[in-house]
This record gives sequence, structure tokens and C-alpha cells, in this order.
Amino acid sequence: MSVIEDVLESNATSNDKLALLDALRAIVPEQAVLHEEEDLRPYECDGLSAYRRLPWVVVLPERVEQVQAIMRVCHQRNIPVVARGAGTGLSGGALPHEHGVLLSLAKFTSILNIDVANRSARVQPGVRNLAISQAVASLGLYYAPDPSSQIACSIGGNVAENSGGVHCLKYGLTVHNVLKLDIVTVEGELITVGSDALDSAGYDLLALFNGSEGMLGVIVEVTVKLLPIPERAQVLLGVFDDVEKAGTAVGEIIAAGIIPAGLEMMDTLAIQAAEDFAHVGYPVGAAAILLCEVDGTNEEVSEHVMHVREVLCACGATEVRTARDEQERIMMWKGRKSAFPAVGRLAPDYYCMDGTIPRRHLAQVLKRINELSREYNLPVANVFHAGDGNLHPLILYDANQPGELARTEEMGGKILELCVQVGGTITGEHGVGMEKIDQMCVQFAQAELGQFHALKAAFDPRGLLNPGKAVPTLHRCAELGAMHVHHGQLPFPELERF
Amino acid sequence: MHNDLTSQLAAQVRDALARAAPLRIVGGGTKPFLGREGAGEALEVSGHRGIVNYHPAELVLSARAGTPLAEVEAVLAEQGQMLPFEPPHYGDRATLGGTIACGLSGPARAYRGAARDFVLGVSLINGRGEALRFGGEVMKNVAGYDVSRLQVGAMGTLGVLLDISLKVLPCTARQLTLVQERDAQESITLMNEWAGRPLPLSATCHDGARLYVRLSGAESAINAAHQRIGGELLNDGAAFWRRVSEQQHDFFQQGRPLWRMSLPAATPVLDVAGLCFMEWGGAQRWMVSDVPAEQLRRVVTEHGGHATLFRADEQSAVRFHPLPAALLALQARVKAAFDPKGILNPGRLYAEF
Ligand SMILES: Cc1cc2nc3c(=O)[nH]c(=O)nc-3n(C[C@H](O)[C@H](O)[C@H](O)COP(=O)(O)OP(=O)(O)OC[C@H]3O[C@@H](n4cnc5c(N)ncnc54)[C@H](O)[C@@H]3O)c2cc1C
Repeated sequence: MSVIEDVLESNATSNDKLALLDALRAIVPEQAVLHEEEDLRPYECDGLSAYRRLPWVVVLPERVEQVQAIMRVCHQRNIPVVARGAGTGLSGGALPHEHGVLLSLAKFTSILNIDVANRSARVQPGVRNLAISQAVASLGLYYAPDPSSQIACSIGGNVAENSGGVHCLKYGLTVHNVLKLDIVTVEGELITVGSDALDSAGYDLLALFNGSEGMLGVIVEVTVKLLPIPERAQVLLGVFDDVEKAGTAVGEIIAAGIIPAGLEMMDTLAIQAAEDFAHVGYPVGAAAILLCEVDGTNEEVSEHVMHVREVLCACGATEVRTARDEQERIMMWKGRKSAFPAVGRLAPDYYCMDGTIPRRHLAQVLKRINELSREYNLPVANVFHAGDGNLHPLILYDANQPGELARTEEMGGKILELCVQVGGTITGEHGVGMEKIDQMCVQFAQAELGQFHALKAAFDPRGLLNPGKAVPTLHRCAELGAMHVHHGQLPFPELERF
Repeated sequence: MHNDLTSQLAAQVRDALARAAPLRIVGGGTKPFLGREGAGEALEVSGHRGIVNYHPAELVLSARAGTPLAEVEAVLAEQGQMLPFEPPHYGDRATLGGTIACGLSGPARAYRGAARDFVLGVSLINGRGEALRFGGEVMKNVAGYDVSRLQVGAMGTLGVLLDISLKVLPCTARQLTLVQERDAQESITLMNEWAGRPLPLSATCHDGARLYVRLSGAESAINAAHQRIGGELLNDGAAFWRRVSEQQHDFFQQGRPLWRMSLPAATPVLDVAGLCFMEWGGAQRWMVSDVPAEQLRRVVTEHGGHATLFRADEQSAVRFHPLPAALLALQARVKAAFDPKGILNPGRLYAEF
């Protein structure tokens, strides 16, 4: 795949590798340094398995001082470092560097402190997202952002990607729910950004680290904000015979002054797949369903349920269901949360897109995606965060069919450009990583990319952290450049551009 | 007046760059007291104004930086919406750009979020005179580094803000304010206990003798919470919170210097001599105190917070909390990444840059 060439030039030799292994073994125990091919194999990709590459070396420290020492060793020797959490990322962000160290944070799994009075938890970066909420549930608290991968993904990875979840519409993304980070810099220095208070002095580097994709430093500790578990949550399921009507209903619910805790949409193919997988009683055959969760006090929820039901009906829902009990509510969400693996069973491979658009263009964009699906003869299932306009078209393909992956990527690229065209973005929550590096040239002009590089250099002047990811070189964009016009002013959107 | 002055402002910045002449960015001129004294030629941005885009159903508003804050709020109010972070104005001429550059948030901050939490995108002119756009008008966007949020509270030192896109929210159905007599320590405990329960809190403060709590939400939720929290109903709560936010409340008329202490909310009453007014569940504490700056800052640091000399007669003093050496050096490099010649509001945030 062409994207993989865009990495640091390296003249590393096998002697360098032996010397590096010795240096690392002086920092961590022998078994925490992996270098045999069979041991490296599990680290060759993240959740986007279309991109694979073996790292030079994998190292698994378990103390912050070890991370610092490893960074110092790599810095001294000019060796690239790629941080890795749970490896569930969907944009190739944790794709290893062939002459670099893959720094796994997997052993940092302790919850260090729970501060009930201040409603915060201090945790190590390898702690799983869901583990935080489980640890504080008995206190009536939880950690709000809930990516569908929450049983597996790490909080460090969540920060690095600024991950979202189905409850982000009301409770915000990772950036809204993190108070403080401890960072090891590329030189091995330990710094703190953010604080235990609500803000901190100087530039908001805390905000900057959220979504920085391992490009600016290694996150070695995270203090998250905890929220009180709502008194009651209720979910409504609206059934539609037309995707456009469902799209309209999303806007109307919000226009009615209600901010649902979650507002998710699935289309026919996704409904079918989820139902076959999870058996939750979804209306197979419907054009679309909307899942709308409202939460708050008991009385408030009752008020809002009535209101949302009215809106759904007014927008043409053929049926509106409410969960009879907590059990049924959990089932309704289970279908949604298992939608990716469920769709995964429909074809040998699927490719998950992540564009975000202003919601008013929802119907138009979904229609165009359908057209692309027919043009490319690749089925698409749509399951997404409708409330915040974050689309996840899942393109079904078979990597073993010659040329099918390339066609899938081309179609995916078109979907992302379409998102930019209507005023949206190429990635809402999965990050740019390796995958969307070319679409960054569509989203941003040279001067903006130049500003990103300057900012990166303030943290990592030699470009050793996660090289080749997140921000394309100007050279790369220039090569693609003749084919693009920036800021969505594509004069002839129907023309072939790849 | 709906003027786009982008090219003119960019030309002014490039001209200043060529002469290495520092610029002092001026919006409505309502907050010269905040931060260190500005130096250099004035760059007036209040002419660059107007609402650029507003789609109530999208919960997004974009406006030019020179747009009066009052105009933004009025346009939102017409549609039953608001700026969730309730920024203070500190004067009639306050602009949206100045508010975001100063990173100011009002009474609801602890419960709904800060200015930075609602910024979705900005366009700006950096110190190279380039007009750049980051983020956008969508709720979720992780393409590129979050340069937009980085501008919030940067006091204009990283760029001249041109346009700002914000997430907005519907106004709540009902709002009421309760007051009860409590001492400071009791109030800290109560405010934090309540915040750990699912109650519709939207503002809290303690004036030294009384605890004020604002509830916002559905009628039924408010009534239930009132039962639980207790206290007398305050007449015209809206005016009360406005006086607090704008620092027109009596507390703020008691002299200088005025410190802003930002602390973990449940921090006990501090051993610092002076008058104290608490907001944000205890996370923001105003103090009128003559305790030497170093001593006061030491106490605040020990508790995991930081202190800003918010209003003082002496302009040259250290205003924002001093940073550890490594962090200061890093922030100086961030500044240089945007403004290599140091022409945008130099020294307004820290003397070093
Ligand atoms: C089935 C499925 C469903 C998903 N659903 C969602 C969803 O609903 N919402 C959502 O936002 N995402 C979702 N994701 C994507 C993914 O789970 C998130 O991006 C997650 O935050 C990645 O965490 P991780 O620990 O696996 O990180 P990794 O994949 O290991 O790494 C991701 C990036 O973060 C960097 N990184 C990791 N740890 C650190 C650290 N400690 N310091 C510095 N950099 C670090 C890596 O270098 C890499 O660039 C889903 C993925 C799958 C497979």
C-alpha cells in the first residue's frame, strides 16, 4: 500500500538493533523486550488490519521511570517510537515503524486513586475504558465517554484519539472529560498538563494532547472526571420506512430543545446484521431505526420520553418502542454496540469510515453514499452517531479478491471528500493515523499543514514520535495536490479525482 | 455592520512582521486589566464583525471575532438558545474574540463546561501573517491537532482570532435560585456532595455567609431537587448571577488586589488571610488579600491549584501562575511555532514570551 512508504529514512543496521536491545534490557527485564518475529506478529497492526508492518522491537515497561529511560535511549539514538495502548484504533495510528520501537503501555493497568469528593480518578494509561466506570459504579459515579470498543480500548488510547461514544452528544468527548495528564516527552522528561482544578495556567496543552495521536508525547497517567450516574435512563426506538425521515427526526428532536444522552441511527443492512448477531428484536426490514436515549431525574425522563415520542411520530415513524425495563434498554443498546462485529460477519472484511457532517446534510450524504455503493458494487452498512453527525459507513469487501481493497479505499476516500465538501470533516473520532493521511490534503491547505508541523516540532523537533502519521508532509500533498481544491470548493464533484 | 477584514488584518500583521513591530490586539477594550500589560501598536479587530452562520437545529453558531458578545447572546436568545459557558462581559463593548482569547467562563462553568469546551473551530492569523482555519462547524472533529481549543485563554499570543465556531445549547425550561445560611467549609462539603448526585445544578456560590444554588432543567426535576437541597427561593436569581459573573456583586467592590484561585473543588477553606467568595462548587475562589503573592501561590500550589492576580493596580506584576521550567520552555516553543518573531501580544501572558 502506497501510504506505507511515507516514513523516516533509516540507515539502521543489525548492529544498531543489537545495541538497542542491550540498552533496553538494561531498563526493563529481558522478557519485556520482544524482537523475534513470532513475538512481534501480534503488534503488526491495530484495529485497521489492512495496514500491517512488523516493528523492529517491542518494549513493555511497567513504570514511568522506565518509559522515561526508554525515551532517552531512543532519543539518543534517533530511533522512532510508536506508543500503543490496546491496539483497537481504526486508522492505523499504532501501526509500528519498521526501524522503530513499539512502546506498549499494556502493563500500566492500575487505577491509582479515586477521589470521591472531587469526583475524579487517577489511572494509568493502559486501564480499559470500561474498567473505570466499573470501579466507581458503587459510588454512584461513572466515566462518560463510552466508545463501542470500551471493553478493550485503553484510556491512554482514548486520550490520544479524543474518542467519542454513543453518549457524547450530551456528555462530550474525551477532551471534555479529562482533567490532567502526565506526559513523557520525546527527550524523556516528565511533564504535567492540566490540573486537578478545572483549568490550569498558560496554554491549554491538555486540549492539545487530546487527539494528538501519539505525535507529541507519551501519556503515562490520566486523571478523568467522573459524573453522577443519572437517576434514570430510558431509550426509545423509532422505526422508519425512509432514511430521510429518520434524518429529519434527528434534527427535530434537537430543535425541540431536548439534548438526548444518545441519538444513534442504523440502516437496513446494519439492522439486519445486528439482529442476526445479537437477537435483540430490532425491526428487520425497516429502512432505518433511531435509538434515542434520554436521562435525568425520574420525572424529567418521563416528560422527555413523551416529547420525543411525539416528535418521532410527527416525523413519520411507523412505530415507536420504549424499553419496558432496564434489561430491555440494555438489549436495545447491545444491538447498536455490537454493530461493527455484526456487520463484520456479512463479508470477509469491512472498512469503517468516520466522516462528520453538519446534520442538515444527512439525507443528501446518505443518498450519495448509496449511489457510490452501487457505482463501486460494494455494499455499505450505515450505523452512526446521528446526533452529532458522525457517520460510520461500513464498506463490505473481500481483501482476497484482487483489486477489491483498492476499490474500497478509493470509495472510502470519496465518502470523506464528500464530507469535507458539505462542510464536515474526514474524521470525527477515529483519527487520521496512517489511513486518512491523503484526505488531510483535502481538508487542509498547505499553510495549515505547515502550522501543524511547526507545532509538532515544538514537542518533537526530530520527528521521532509516531513518524509519518496524522499530518502529511507538504511534499506528499503537493504530489496529490494537482487533483484537489481545498475547503470543499471542489468545482466538479462528479469528476474522477484519484 | 457585517465586515470581513481578514485581508486587511493579515496585511497589517505582515507589515508588523516585516518591521518586527509588536502588536497589541484590541477587541472591545474591556479587559486590559487581565494579564500583563500589553505593549506595541494597537491592532483593532472590533471592525471584523458579524454572525457568519447560525443553524439553531445544528446547535452551532459561527461569528467573527469582533462581534459584540451581547449581539451573539441576543441572536441566540431569539431562538431560545444560549452560550452554555455564560461568559462574563466586563463591559458593554466585550467581543466574542476577546472572550475566547481570555478563556472566560461564568457561573455555569462547573456544571456545563468552559469556553474551551464549546469551541468547535477558529480561523486566525498567525505571526507569519497567514490566515488559517482549524476545526469546523461539526461537533466531532479530530483531523489535525486541536489548534482551536489551544487559542482559548492564550490571550491572543498565538494568533489574531478571526472567526469562531461554537457549540450552543437550548436554554433550560426553568431556572431557580435557592439561598441558605452556611459557613464556607459546610458549603464546600455540600456543593461537592450535591455535585456527586444526579441533581440539575447549574451554578453555586458562597459569599462568605450564604450558599446560593441555581437549578436549571425540566420543571419536575427542579422541584424534586429543591426538596432535597432546601433553602429559600431568591427573587430575581438571574440578576444575582449576572452581578456575580460581572463582578458587580458587593464582594468585588472591596478593594485590590483581587486574586482568582483555581482549585480542586473540594479543597478545604484555605489558610490565607483575606476575604473569599467561592464559585463553581469551590473550584473558583476569589480573594481580596494582601498576603504576599509568593506565599499565597505556595498555598494554592500545595492544594493542586493555581492563582491569577486578576485585578491589581500594579500592571507589571506576575499575573498568571508561574510555570515549572520545563513547561515554560515548552510553552515558549509553542508560542514560537505560531509566532516566531514574537509580534502578537508579546508578554501579555508571561514575560518570557
Ligand atoms: C469494534 C470497535 C468499535 C469502536 N468504537 C469506537 C467508538 O465508538 N468511538 C471511538 O471514538 N472509537 C471507537 N473505536 C476506535 C478505538 O477503539 C479508539 O480509537 C480507542 O481510543 C483506541 O484506544 P487503544 O487503546 O486501542 O489505542 P491504540 O489503537 O493502541 O492507539 C491509538 C493511537 O493512540 C496512540 N496511543 C495509544 N496509547 C498512547 C499513550 N499512552 N500515549 C500516547 N499515545 C498513545 C497510538 O500511538 C495511536 O496513534 C472502535 C474500535 C473498534 C475496533
